[in-house]
Amino acid sequence: MLRTQKLGEADRIITILTKRTGKVRGVAKGVRRTTSKFGARLEPFTHVDLQLHTGRTLDVITQAETLRPYGEALAADYPKYTAGSAMLETADRLTLGEKEPALRQFLLLVGGLRTLVEGEHEARLVLDAYFLRSLAVAGWAPALESCARCSATSVRAFAIVAGGVVCAACRPAGAAVPAPETIALMIALLRGDWPAADASESRHRAECSGLVAAYLQWHLEHGIRSLRHVERV
Amino acid sequence: MYEGVVQNLIDELGMLPGVGPKSAQRIAFHLLAADPADVKRLAHALLEVKEKVRFCRVCGNVAAEEECRICRDARRDDHVICVVEESKDVVAIEKTREFRGRYHVLGGAISPIDGIGPDDLRIRELMTRLADGRVTELIIATDPNLEGEATATYLARLVKPMGLKVTRLASGLPVGGDLEYADEVTLGRAFEGRRLLDV
Ligand SMILES: [Zn+2]
Ligand SMILES: [Zn+2]
Repeated sequence: MLRTQKLGEADRIITILTKRTGKVRGVAKGVRRTTSKFGARLEPFTHVDLQLHTGRTLDVITQAETLRPYGEALAADYPKYTAGSAMLETADRLTLGEKEPALRQFLLLVGGLRTLVEGEHEARLVLDAYFLRSLAVAGWAPALESCARCSATSVRAFAIVAGGVVCAACRPAGAAVPAPETIALMIALLRGDWPAADASESRHRAECSGLVAAYLQWHLEHGIRSLRHVERV
Repeated sequence: MYEGVVQNLIDELGMLPGVGPKSAQRIAFHLLAADPADVKRLAHALLEVKEKVRFCRVCGNVAAEEECRICRDARRDDHVICVVEESKDVVAIEKTREFRGRYHVLGGAISPIDGIGPDDLRIRELMTRLADGRVTELIIATDPNLEGEATATYLARLVKPMGLKVTRLASGLPVGGDLEYADEVTLGRAFEGRRLLDV
């Protein structure tokens, strides 16, 4: 479940990222009445098993079974809730067309939410790892190990417009010069090397978050609204 | 598409919550056929509500004066504040007759995806009300859905250092619904059975 919007008196329009058919929008009738049988099953973050009936403009949800109710745990932890919201919004933005299969984005999102709920790693690290990997799936992985322009291996700066790290010769004006540890952290997050990521220092995490957020916002035209509200613990 | 003024009316009606293009068209043609005096009364009521009704400067509830009826009522208990999302939730809770304290209307719930964060709600005003230490219990009656729960979590964490009792309506309210749809008995029971929020 990516997001829900109120419709009419008691219905909701629901946006779902599905395993097989990509992003789907449907109507859930009467869910805002407290007698609704769907209730919590159709809340954002929930991993559900759904049955939809193809309608004229929107599909209608006829059955829903909860597989994993991530929402409850996230709503009870504010930093996790804001990080999870940014994940849902990003997944929504990175899957453009409706009903275009997006299996890898689906698996990344489910994995990201599960990791967030399990709480073994800091919420902001989980979020940054999710951002880097979902950008990579979308074809926008930042270059991190050699210059984005000439492939030289001695890199100096991080330039969003160039697509990642750059060498001294290729460095455009105004490129950020992050600590080498920050770049190492980004590499660890992209690869899923959690021992290395968990061992990072807080100032490098902060720098990494800033770079990843700027990189993400640059690739998504209207930016991610939730990002402004994400909290660091 | 219809002639300019008719289409204008349909477009305006279509912007109302819960009114789709079809209903907008139906309402527009109903108004066209209606008695001019009836339509004038409706237009007058619309203008009057915007001119006369304001939001209570204390609690944010709709009010006909500077302060709402509940904030002006000296018989209400100053030691308990019930936090709700919207004014219509105040109405729903008043119907139960279970609650005799004061209210605070946030104006919504925290929903980062919709761009709504704590600063977009009347949370700073709530903190100001709590500052003098008179309030001993804060009842959080946001909607029993994801955004309502997250808002409750945020508030509980925020006021924790103030050392007051923070409770949340719980039992009997099914998750995913709007508070305003809960029946009086269920809502009343949820008030009695409120649980302590510990963050
Ligand atoms: Zn280069
Ligand atoms: Zn008031």
